[in-house]
Amino acid sequence: MRTRDPFSDSEAVRGLAREIAREAEELEARLTIMEVCGSHTHAIARAGLRSLLPEKIRLISGPGCPVCVTPVDWLDHAIALVERGDVILSSFGDLMRVPSSRRTLEEIRSEGAPVEILYSPRDALKLARSRPEKKIVFLAVGFETTAPTIAAALVEAEAEGLENFLILPGNKTMPEPMRLIAGDPEIAVDAFLLPGHVSVITGSDAFEFLARDYGLPGIVAGFAPTDVLRAVLEIIAQGKHGEAKIVNAYGRVVTREGNQAARKILDEVFVASPARWRGLGEIPASGLDLRPELAHRNAALLPVELPEPIEPPGCRCGEVLKGMIDPPECPLFGAPCIPERPVGACMVSSEGSCAAWYRHERWRNMESGR
Amino acid sequence: MCLAIPMRLEERDEFSGRVSLDGVSRQISLMLFPEAEVGQWLLVHAGYAISAIDEQQAEETLALLSEYAGEMMEL
Repeated sequence: MRTRDPFSDSEAVRGLAREIAREAEELEARLTIMEVCGSHTHAIARAGLRSLLPEKIRLISGPGCPVCVTPVDWLDHAIALVERGDVILSSFGDLMRVPSSRRTLEEIRSEGAPVEILYSPRDALKLARSRPEKKIVFLAVGFETTAPTIAAALVEAEAEGLENFLILPGNKTMPEPMRLIAGDPEIAVDAFLLPGHVSVITGSDAFEFLARDYGLPGIVAGFAPTDVLRAVLEIIAQGKHGEAKIVNAYGRVVTREGNQAARKILDEVFVASPARWRGLGEIPASGLDLRPELAHRNAALLPVELPEPIEPPGCRCGEVLKGMIDPPECPLFGAPCIPERPVGACMVSSEGSCAAWYRHERWRNMESGR
Repeated sequence: MCLAIPMRLEERDEFSGRVSLDGVSRQISLMLFPEAEVGQWLLVHAGYAISAIDEQQAEETLALLSEYAGEMMEL
């Protein structure tokens, strides 16, 4: 059934790029477009879209990679939980290589610490059933797409009376950091490319504030290079007409209201709370903490000894996450920080800006272009 | 990490279902998308259906995923 390959469709990509070049000629100023979705970061770098676009169109990446924005001390907390001796950590694979103040989850796992890599929070429920003598702590990271799956597992655990399933709350929500970035004159974003699968849950209305409060266009786009280029065309068209609208270009899978069942479960389990973002600091109401009635599921309340958090010296991940520098402007980029031995979080995941640039952009002989 | 994968729903009971893709089948939860219908293409994320998706968009997404495979499939 795999009939169309969006990457071999290079004619369509080049055609759209030519159209963008034509349209961009009439723009008075340079247009800075930020994407806030790791899959967009990856797609743009993978397809080499930056090199196809004219000077006047600048694509930058925001804080769209969940493991990249997870702060060092949260990982320290996860590792400290294992040291209690009565905890088995369970985690999505992406977190394994993210640096903490001391070691990574992968390193402690290779030394025999009980850290299970799981595909689904439901697998952590299975683990909890089979190991009643241990506390199974799921490391809850991810944005609005992922958070409902963790909420659903918690609802299931409550219904079943499965007492040894806990989470370390760390889920985050996108609109609040985007509000911060939209209002930051130093970053000077002109438009946003909005995340497709986050919008499946939140609905496109969740991003209306960008147009309403900041006068910025936002396009919900798919992950094919042609999807990204069509969104750029739409943004240029809005710019020319002096418009700022939130447009869904990702089809019927995204509605204005989002997934009601998922949003209801999120609301039953979590409450918006201040959260720390790597590089961005604490942002009010940007995190999902457990409701007080679920305190018995909150592994953050278990007594542990935490080390003093140590950020990797020299790492400029924070500025990368705000789109203020391109990854090659970091002194660690390429040496010693590489995907195989990441120093900072942005080099860990294939969705991280640094890893995507390292693998795919022509950065070796380039000026930063800023 | 926020990427969801299209799979077709083969059978279901009240809260869960079996989806398949290229002959590989998997049990998923329907708690986040209770209205899922057998035969429908669903977007599946971390073991949960989160939405329906039409067949053409499912095909395009799968083509894209196979292109990204290796790098993205660590997710």
